[in-house]
Amino acid sequence: MTDIPAPRHIPDRLDKPFRSAIFSWEALLVVVAIAIFAINSFASPYFLDPYSLSDLTFNFTEKGLIAFAMALLIISGEIDLSVAAIIALASTMMGMAVQAGAGTPVLVLIGIVVGLGCGAFNGLLVTRLGLPSIVVTIGTMSLFRGIAFIILGDQAYKGYPESFAFFGQGYVWWVVSFELVLFLIAAVVYWFLLHRTSFGRRVFAIGNNPVAAQFSGVRVGRIKFILFCLTGLMSGIASVLITSRLGSTRPSIAQGYELEVITMVVLGGVSILGGAGSIVGVVLAAFIMGLVTFGLGLLNVPGIVMSIFIGLLLIIVIALPIVWRRLRGSS
Amino acid sequence: MKAFLKYREIWLAAAIIVLIGLISTRFPAFADPGNLRQVFNDTSILMILALGQMVVILTRSIDLSMASNLCFSGMVVAMLNAAHPAIPIPLLIVIALAVGLVLGAINGLLVWRLNIPSIVVTLGTLTIYRGATFVLSGGAWVNADKMSPDFIGFQRAAFLGIPVLSWIAILVIALFFVLMTRTALGRSIYAIGVNPTASVYTGIDVGRTKFIVFCISGMIGGLAGYLWISRYVIASVEVANGYELNIIAACVIGGISIAGGIGSVGGAVLGALFLGIISNALPVINISPFWQMAISGSAIILAVVLNARGERQQGRIILRKVEAA
Repeated sequence: MTDIPAPRHIPDRLDKPFRSAIFSWEALLVVVAIAIFAINSFASPYFLDPYSLSDLTFNFTEKGLIAFAMALLIISGEIDLSVAAIIALASTMMGMAVQAGAGTPVLVLIGIVVGLGCGAFNGLLVTRLGLPSIVVTIGTMSLFRGIAFIILGDQAYKGYPESFAFFGQGYVWWVVSFELVLFLIAAVVYWFLLHRTSFGRRVFAIGNNPVAAQFSGVRVGRIKFILFCLTGLMSGIASVLITSRLGSTRPSIAQGYELEVITMVVLGGVSILGGAGSIVGVVLAAFIMGLVTFGLGLLNVPGIVMSIFIGLLLIIVIALPIVWRRLRGSS
Repeated sequence: MKAFLKYREIWLAAAIIVLIGLISTRFPAFADPGNLRQVFNDTSILMILALGQMVVILTRSIDLSMASNLCFSGMVVAMLNAAHPAIPIPLLIVIALAVGLVLGAINGLLVWRLNIPSIVVTLGTLTIYRGATFVLSGGAWVNADKMSPDFIGFQRAAFLGIPVLSWIAILVIALFFVLMTRTALGRSIYAIGVNPTASVYTGIDVGRTKFIVFCISGMIGGLAGYLWISRYVIASVEVANGYELNIIAACVIGGISIAGGIGSVGGAVLGALFLGIISNALPVINISPFWQMAISGSAIILAVVLNARGERQQGRIILRKVEAA
């Protein structure tokens, strides 16, 4: 009896993918998400309840929708600070239409078109005039919300039709809300767009080196313009959802959302300098932010204190890999 | 280059004079020296903040946490004053500066030591500092009746016919002017903004300089914290909420390039004055104050369009064309 030597293992690829998968950003986020989920379940007996968990999703679906488009925009090296102002303007326009007696389909159309228009305006200023997007969108942020303030002042629009309430308050099946379904569909669409199409590759190329991308035949300006339009479009959709959920419009609606959306994107592993990021990361970051705010809410922690945790989470999650790498490098 | 910079500020100053002229056609008393002094005093805090933001932006960074820093430092001195009215005001100002310095140093350390982009760091500390204000105060307000008369009166006292607040602004402007034009630190701040790589080779410690500019903007935030609270005589978590963008707007209108390296003390002051004049003028010419936001938004966009046009003449054409195409 002779031992037959075991066939030599010939790797068909380097073992790196597995290791890099374990140490990837998304894996870190999954660990964080599970940890927060577990802490929440222990901390509050009300957390592990289908209806609670369903309520939880409303914390991130609207911002998450914008975060997908924002992720692409930031990957391409631009940014849009005006998204919350677009929500306010689109909501104000919908409110005006309601006063004129518009029905639900028209309202939705107005919300989306206003969002798209605002995005296109940003895109034109950035790509046609070659202006830095951070400044342009600080300007349009004041401009869009300013128009909402001029129209509404300290008033509010109410009286949205009952059928309009479905978008922000309706459930598709059991505890699965319409907003959540829309969020998941958008996640798949944007994942496909960014990771499986040549358009997505071009977005990465622009973010890594706009000059090289231009000389490789990528229409940098046009793609950036499309990304601004997409961000505006998603803000318009989010505006429909928020307006429907609240059932009223004030010019201060969605104040400060832009920073939360950007926090979500950066937490999701998208490089603020452009050129890197994934939609899976953004989805996970959206869940994490929803979990943190909802879990703390169940514990009666005020919103302003929650924001400390979000801020700390942002800095720690970004700093952790850097510190880790440095410690390993020095040892 | 220098002549060109002067050119831009002269244009901005001209725009401000035209603006005042237009306003006085509808409300003649606006151009009154006494009223203009009042406008300057009203704008003092924004001018001080814009200068602190300017040094950060010049190094290609940004400090979004200034308004939250202001809120926290202001709350610290307001609570100290409410608890111990005997603490003299100069000491409170030093405390405000120190608290602001610590908050700014946290930003600076994260940017310097961990190399995290400043927009991410200050986005995080923006919410953390404001949240910390809530934790510190327990959500309570410090109202005028809890503040000592000195605390409220200090900046209102007139010296040579001008309130102390305006004098503080003038002093800060002078200090920044000396810093930016007469010191090695000022030169290295510009150098880093124009070309960070070349700055390293000329022996400038880029990381350390960035740390210093965040310390400066932090101290300015602390100083503005005391001034804001004693001016509006209320300290709460909501103080200056969202004001960080007004500060950046003043810088942008003042011609400070967000890409770093371009901008001046005069520009930041004029940019702040421009916004201050608009907010002071709207009520007196019977335009609803609700117009202010849209007007300053339009001013920002207009300013950045004009500034970009100016920068384009300087020979960065190749890069710009590619980005714009």
